[in-house]
Amino acid sequence: MAMEPSDSELIQAVRNGDASSFEPLVRKYSPRIFAMARRYARRESEVEDIAQEVWLKAFQKLGGFRGEAPFEHWLMRLAVRTCYDFLRAHQRNRETTFTELTPEEGEWLDRCGTAPDEAEDSASAARSLVRRVMEQLSPPARLIITLLEIEERSVREIAELTGWSATLVKVRAFRARAEMRRLIGKLERGKYL
Amino acid sequence: MNHIQQKLMTAARQDLPDDRVPYAFEKRIMARLKSVTPFDFRLVWERSLWRAAAPCVGITLLLGAWSALMPGGDISSDLSQDLENTVLAAVDVDNSIDSP
Repeated sequence: MAMEPSDSELIQAVRNGDASSFEPLVRKYSPRIFAMARRYARRESEVEDIAQEVWLKAFQKLGGFRGEAPFEHWLMRLAVRTCYDFLRAHQRNRETTFTELTPEEGEWLDRCGTAPDEAEDSASAARSLVRRVMEQLSPPARLIITLLEIEERSVREIAELTGWSATLVKVRAFRARAEMRRLIGKLERGKYL
Repeated sequence: MNHIQQKLMTAARQDLPDDRVPYAFEKRIMARLKSVTPFDFRLVWERSLWRAAAPCVGITLLLGAWSALMPGGDISSDLSQDLENTVLAAVDVDNSIDSP
């Protein structure tokens, strides 16, 4: 059985003019790109647009890939920045108020307030509440909360992925947490009004 | 409120995004790439040089016209002598420093 070419061999072939060598790279890394895009975009057409843009940018900028870090890291940096651009471009469309909570969501919040241990983390109500809160966060806050709190990445990793300095990441994380607390407060007030 | 925030974050961590890729996505990307040219440093450099050429020619013509049309105060007629003096000015200065 023939051995599959490595990433660096495929990249070299693309650089030498063989564009078809790009296809195995697209096939190999697209699941990761799609998973990342689905954290920031809800509609499937938007997810696909993000993934497509990432790959087009990757192809155009492949000349700038120096091979010091694995291709996957370089690609993920490109993907994070594309997702952030997407959030910024669509920030006008983000909702500014919470629409009415469903009975399940209200019940989950109630239970969280009275008996927190009984409120299941895996409940679908909790997941939809998180989505509501995330959709109202500003683009930098949403990116930071996703990378830091949900994906549990370190400040250094986030700085590398976003191109921001570590200090800026910390400042933005502080602001993002405050923004999130404010939104949860709004959610609770809305519930009991 | 911290309780709720922690619970929500735990819920978000458990809600792993789907990594499903649409059917024949890579074929669509490859079709799109046919209209995209990869980054070529030499090509970009050549293009920027050509773009810079027109303004350079324009500036040269403007300066030429300006120096030809402006009334000169103390322009000598012997341009070759002026050029020689300018080129050898540094040597003259060196000689005057070296001589005791």
